[in-house]
Amino acid sequence: MFGLFKRRKSKDELKERLKLVLTYDRAKLSPGSMEELKRELLAVIKKHFPATEADYDVRVEQQGDRMVLIANLPVKGA
Amino acid sequence: MNAKAIVVTSGKGGVGKTTTTANVGAALARLGEKVCVIDTDVGLRNLDVVMGLEGRVVYDLIDVFEGRCKLKQALIRDKRVESLYLLAASQTRDKSALSESRMQDTVRTLLEEEGFDRVLIDSPAGIESGFQTAASAAEGALVVVNPEVSSVRDADRIIGLLEAREIPEVRLIINRLRPEMVKRGDMLEVEDVLEILGVKLIGIVPEDEKIIVSTNVGNPASLEEGGSKLAAGTAFRDIARRIRGEDVPYPSFEPQGGFLAGLRRLFGGA
Repeated sequence: MFGLFKRRKSKDELKERLKLVLTYDRAKLSPGSMEELKRELLAVIKKHFPATEADYDVRVEQQGDRMVLIANLPVKGA
Repeated sequence: MNAKAIVVTSGKGGVGKTTTTANVGAALARLGEKVCVIDTDVGLRNLDVVMGLEGRVVYDLIDVFEGRCKLKQALIRDKRVESLYLLAASQTRDKSALSESRMQDTVRTLLEEEGFDRVLIDSPAGIESGFQTAASAAEGALVVVNPEVSSVRDADRIIGLLEAREIPEVRLIINRLRPEMVKRGDMLEVEDVLEILGVKLIGIVPEDEKIIVSTNVGNPASLEEGGSKLAAGTAFRDIARRIRGEDVPYPSFEPQGGFLAGLRRLFGGA
């Protein structure tokens, strides 16, 4: 009975996975190429800023009709 | 829907395109429309057996395309509903025999010269030439989706291709919904699917064993009058009425929350 409260609904996990995979599908991107993009982006940023690799975040996101690339790369004070 | 020529499609195979075409087509005809259902799954024809008309096929769509018979000769009249006709796919040829311009000509002739009110085009699975040919003659689309991962992903792809073709009316049919699983949180809800795919809904069809039984005997379930509000046959009839512009409310598919059902869920389910 307690499992009723603890158990994560499988459909919620499915919904999350679907949203992510469809974002990539619609942008005609493969998750692998995103990883490559992240690495290259980081390399470029690092040339100019001592970026902290630990907590950067790069992803594509659906915003209404548009697909946007969101990069959050915290840089240490120059 | 204003569209007179409507393609029934899904991307993924086995989600219920042919069953939907047969049932919605039969229901539209029962409501008084002159309807032609066309099977475009060349090489893998099935609409004839689902409708129980396999014994009457003499000529097929490819015979029409290649001039071996007149369009009228290839139209197979249904056994039960007078205003319902089938144009069968060829079983011996392959999809390379299809042609977008011939498809468009055939549909135009049916609507403008043969007096049909509606043409439903059953598309093959996939996103290649078979689907493209089926979609090329359509002004509207019924996208059939099951609430599971691969079907939703493929439906999204199909919707993108239909939009690229600038088909104005794209509507979604959620097929094989299992209310008990939705209630447990183990199946996407209708709202989840609509949020993910972003197209208008035109029908919710619950999983129903009666569909298998009626398909076994080649008799579309939507032709059985009466029946439960929650039966698949009723859901297909409701879709036909919505296509004709009627505002038909959706029944609640929420499983009955009676004491016994509650107990069963508590101890047997989750």
